[in-house]
Order: sequence, then structure tokens, then C-alpha cells
Amino acid sequence: MMMSELKVHVEVESRLENVELVHIAIESSLAELELSDDDAHQIGISIREAVANAIKHGNQGDASKLVRVELGIDDGDLLIRVQDQGVGFDENGVPNPLEPENLLRRNGRGLLLMKQYMDQIEYTFQPENGTVLEMRKGLAVLRSNSAKQEEERQ
Amino acid sequence: MKIPARHRAGITILEPKGKITIGVGDVALREAVHEALEAGSTKILVNLKDVSTIDSSGIGELVSAYTSVTNRGGALRLLHLPPKVQDILQITQLVTVFEVLDDEEEAVASFAD
Repeated sequence: MMMSELKVHVEVESRLENVELVHIAIESSLAELELSDDDAHQIGISIREAVANAIKHGNQGDASKLVRVELGIDDGDLLIRVQDQGVGFDENGVPNPLEPENLLRRNGRGLLLMKQYMDQIEYTFQPENGTVLEMRKGLAVLRSNSAKQEEERQ
Repeated sequence: MKIPARHRAGITILEPKGKITIGVGDVALREAVHEALEAGSTKILVNLKDVSTIDSSGIGELVSAYTSVTNRGGALRLLHLPPKVQDILQITQLVTVFEVLDDEEEAVASFAD
């Protein structure tokens, strides 16, 4: 799917300290959209979790492999794409962190948070290009801008 | 970053500030709890009032700290949850695990039970 009005393009090596770097880079771009505090927080957490997963699980912490993050607007939705250079990811292989036996595990809550905070998340794997995670969130501020632009066109 | 700690009635009160996120505050929290346990404290209160962001890694550290303290026969409780932290604890259903208090006096008294 093509993104329109692409806002951000960030590419980092697979080092965990780069999670913070990506978040900072994206926060400043999100500020332009004048999102609510809650939306900005939920998007920030989702991006952090996606990038951390791409570094740890996708690229297995191999710093020579890159994680690419794209942020754009598509049809009134915020669209976030996080791509790694790993060998794929089985979403169904992640233990449910809400099961009583998993509640006290240290790890495994990132996917749950992304699913909760975004409207839609989808993983696709391409052998030559690694795993791409696409996340969407409908935002009132983007939809009203999109409607205004449509009115101006007519 | 080192997490400030103070002591009251035999309780170690940890007061992290800012982010408890991957590579930022998560390791500091682990170290602070480890230090408290090494010093013999098994009653730990984590005051989250000044925490702006917590992610799954930070939550994982809180859970790990809870387990470490509980396994030593102690208790780890949370104080002053900001709404964003509360939201994440709700989503992860960890509100059912942690004892959360809003008042330091009550929190300190709760350890005497």
C-alpha cells in the first residue's frame, strides 16, 4: 500500500539503545500533528515495542542488520511500518501474556500493547526483505484534515 | 541513571523518575531492587509518581522485581500510579498481581500487616 504525505523515515542498526533514538525522532514529527496526549503516548509505545521486537527477535540483535521505520498518513489513518532483516516471525507462537501461567513472565507483552493501542496490526514476511509490521491508527485530527482537503478539492 | 532510594520504618522506598523503558530505566530499576535485597530489605515500595513512560520492558522489570522480593518472603508494592502506567497495568492484567496504593502513610502501614 502506498503511503501519502510521508512524514518520517528512520533507519537504525539493531542496537537496543536505538529504540529510544527512534522514539525521539518520531515524537518530534508527531508533535506537528497536534495529537492528544493519549494518542501520542499510545503511538510512541507501539513504535517502541515494534522496534524493540524487530531488533531483538527479528534481527536477533545483529547490529549489522537494520531496522527501518516509516511513518505516514494513509486515508486518514496514521500508518507505521517497521521492517527488519530477520528470518520471519510467527505471531501465533507468542504465548498469551494474559494466561495465568504467563502473568509473571518477564517478557512477552509488547505485541499485546501494540494490539491494544493500534486499530490494526499486520505482519508480512518476504524472504528477501525480512518481516514488515504494518500498524494503523485512525486519528480524529487526521480524518478532519482529510475531510477538509476533500471539500477544498470539490 | 541511579534510582533514588529512601528508608522508612524498615521499608525501602524507590523513586524512579522519567522513563522506565528498554535501555533507559529498566536496568536501573533492576539494580535498585537488587541493591535493596542485597542490603537485606524485603519490604519495597516503588513510588511511580514521577514516571512518565513505561513500556513492556519496564513492566517486565517490575514483574521480575515482584517475583524476586516475593520469593524472599518479602513484599513489593506500588505507590501513586500515573494514569498511563495504570492503563498499561490494566491491559496486561497486572493490576491483579500488584498491590497499588495512593497514599504513602497507608502504604507504609500496609507493610506492618
